Amino acid sequence: MNTKAGAWRRLLGWVDDRYPLSETWEAHLSKYYAPKNFNFWYYFGSLALVVLVLQILTGIFLTMHYKPDTGLAFASVEYIMRDVDWGWLIRYLHSTGASLFFVVVYLHMFRAFLYGSHRNPRELLWIIGVVIFIALMAEAFMGYLLPWGNMSYWGAQVIISLFDAIPVVGPGLAEWIRGDFVVADATLNRFFALHVVAVPLVLIMLVFIHIVALHKVGSNNPDGIEIKKKKDARGIPLDGIPFHPYYTVKDIVGTTVFLIVFTVIAFFIPELWGWFLEHDNFIPANILQTPQEIKPLWYFTPFYSILRATTSDMVAWGLTPLVIVMAALIIFSVKRARTRLVTSAIAALLLIGFYFIEAKVWGVVLMGLALGAFFLVPWLDRSPVKSIRYRGWMYKTALTFFTIAFIVLGYLGTKPPSGLYSLLAKIGLVIYFLFFLLMPWYTTFDKTKPVPERVTWK
Amino acid sequence: MRTLLLLVLMGLPLGGHAAEGHNECGQLAKCDPVKIDLRDQPSLQRGARTFVNYCLPCHGASYMRYNRMGQDLGIPEDLLKEDMIFTGDKVGDLMKTAMRKEDAKEWLKTAPPDLTLVTRWRSPEWVYTYLRNFYRDDKSASGWNNLVFPNVAMPHVLYEWQGELRPAQPTAQAQDGKPVEKTAPTSERLEVAKPGAKTAAEFDRDMRDLTNFLVYLGEPAKLDRYRIGVYVLIFLAVFLVFAYLLKKEYWKDVH
Ligand code: HEC
Ligand code: HEM
Repeated sequence: MNTKAGAWRRLLGWVDDRYPLSETWEAHLSKYYAPKNFNFWYYFGSLALVVLVLQILTGIFLTMHYKPDTGLAFASVEYIMRDVDWGWLIRYLHSTGASLFFVVVYLHMFRAFLYGSHRNPRELLWIIGVVIFIALMAEAFMGYLLPWGNMSYWGAQVIISLFDAIPVVGPGLAEWIRGDFVVADATLNRFFALHVVAVPLVLIMLVFIHIVALHKVGSNNPDGIEIKKKKDARGIPLDGIPFHPYYTVKDIVGTTVFLIVFTVIAFFIPELWGWFLEHDNFIPANILQTPQEIKPLWYFTPFYSILRATTSDMVAWGLTPLVIVMAALIIFSVKRARTRLVTSAIAALLLIGFYFIEAKVWGVVLMGLALGAFFLVPWLDRSPVKSIRYRGWMYKTALTFFTIAFIVLGYLGTKPPSGLYSLLAKIGLVIYFLFFLLMPWYTTFDKTKPVPERVTWK
Repeated sequence: MRTLLLLVLMGLPLGGHAAEGHNECGQLAKCDPVKIDLRDQPSLQRGARTFVNYCLPCHGASYMRYNRMGQDLGIPEDLLKEDMIFTGDKVGDLMKTAMRKEDAKEWLKTAPPDLTLVTRWRSPEWVYTYLRNFYRDDKSASGWNNLVFPNVAMPHVLYEWQGELRPAQPTAQAQDGKPVEKTAPTSERLEVAKPGAKTAAEFDRDMRDLTNFLVYLGEPAKLDRYRIGVYVLIFLAVFLVFAYLLKKEYWKDVH
């Protein structure tokens, strides 16, 4: 017993002299102090890690049997479903994992809006997160082409042709992305390379620096209080507990619950009624047969809705007044002459652009801005408090409206854009952007509650 | 506030999306329901027999192997060879059709699509309804038409079983006294013009068996995945209890 422990210690000592093993363990787990008041919303970071690992593992096995060739791809997926031992399970875990990855990441991001997690000192952590989100979208988009189903094909065709809309460089750019004049074998091959090697590498590196940035500043918590401000004599935060073992055992519980949900879907309803696997992807890509309705998978539809809602009517009657009102608001509230000048210049340029450049281009621009807006949130939010627990009615109302608009836009993106639906999407679009545009004002004027000294718990 | 947000999140419109556009049944208001039961092996066997005899001559099921079907449906290999493989294929081969694409195009104008995944693309209900709604139409090239798939290029291959149907004629005189054109489906209903070898109930049962088989064909793993899923859930549930107890034990001393 003693000699065994002694041998273990000697081995560890030998390693520690050559590699910071115990040091890393302590710095990031056993002596890394996290706030003790984490709630439900704090499971999703570790769940995102779990799903990332799962996607990589299942992806490796899929790659062993998948064939990136327009003539073979569809059949190779069916081969995996039928002839490869446990192939159906691997594939369903991967397809279910892709959708649940977005569920987890959307909830993870929503948490930041609840508790002000993007605020000082976590701006960089947040920015890395938004880059991860964009990389994840690229990963999902390219993965969706691989089965070479009819929706894969037409979805990619439509989305890539968006680049055609960009003036001057557009058509060349779209052709460069596809490697052909239409989505074809060259496209499938490069998407395979990017989906399987390039983007996962980028994702892993980004997640690594995401965690490094997190551990530099430490976690926020549902009260939005910096626990590092109150330390005991040994320099340990009074409201902190070591990540290991406390949060490792807690996250195991959360992960198990998540895996139960995962199992129910992957084993019993892997198509989730067309939300996770679309019916039109059960026939091979066919250039002559357009699906009744071309739509991306659910996690892209809020952005797809924004794209489609940007019609020429929308530019004339929605965006034009929006730009004028925003410019007036900024000029009215900011006294600096330079700011006023720049604002007027940008507004003038936009208005001229609205007149001369077709609406399709603005749709692409707005879709980009809908993503880009997330980068600015740490600076748009001017509230003296972080957590929604101590914010006033204005922020709560704004966040509620934004959440509803996001979900409604997502739903409408799966439907044909007719009469009422297209009007609703336009309203949703305006609410979506107003949430960001007006944030400096409603967070300034909101009446906040006093924040306690120490975290509230239980 | 929190409850409001949770409500919003839970309100995610899940159900409404269901198989949209796939439950549309051509000229019919909606598809007929069909009872799918993959544990009903005799039904699957009957469906398989109909399939290889009447459908495989034109349609392939070319992602599926004969011997896998034999194993799953409890059909011994010699029986498979004798009774179900007509193309000279081996038992380990994919269930390809003997008809060449070019010939099919020439005879039928349209190449018959592969049917392996048809119930996953359309829906079981669509296929079941489609198979039962062929009617006589002298204007079409094959002499047949279909309420679910107007102007379909497929002839009614099972007409000897079902007999010949025609659009139900309105019982009352056509409005304005104008004669109603005979072959146009004036209603959603078909009526028997010439009875076939089977009664309507027998034919419905046969088509249910065939549809049941096509659902199996779309995903053979369905036979396993429900069963295995239950074991995985039981394991996770037990694991959850211990994980929770462990967490509770550790967190006792967090105040
Ligand atoms: C004489 C050749 C022939 C035979 C035999 C035949 N079909 Fe067809 N079938 C066709 C053709 C041709 C089409 C394509 C119709 C079109 O696209 O207009 C078709 C279409 C279909 C479709 C619609 C596919 C889709 O989603 O568009 C189904 C389902 C179908 N057949 C089922 C069957 C079944 C089940 C059998 C066996 C009882 C069968 N067919 C036998 C020729 C045939
Ligand atoms: C692969 C995807 C991701 C992984 C694996 C991941 C992982 C993690 C982990 C493990 C944590 C700590 C646990 C927690 O707070 O829940 C965390 C915190 C955080 N993440 Fe992520 N993350 C991912 C994507 C994102 C995205 C897309 C964003 C935002 C756009 C983001 C923003 C943040 C922020 C702001 C925090 C700190 C939260 C706080 O302290 O309150 N992350 N992340």
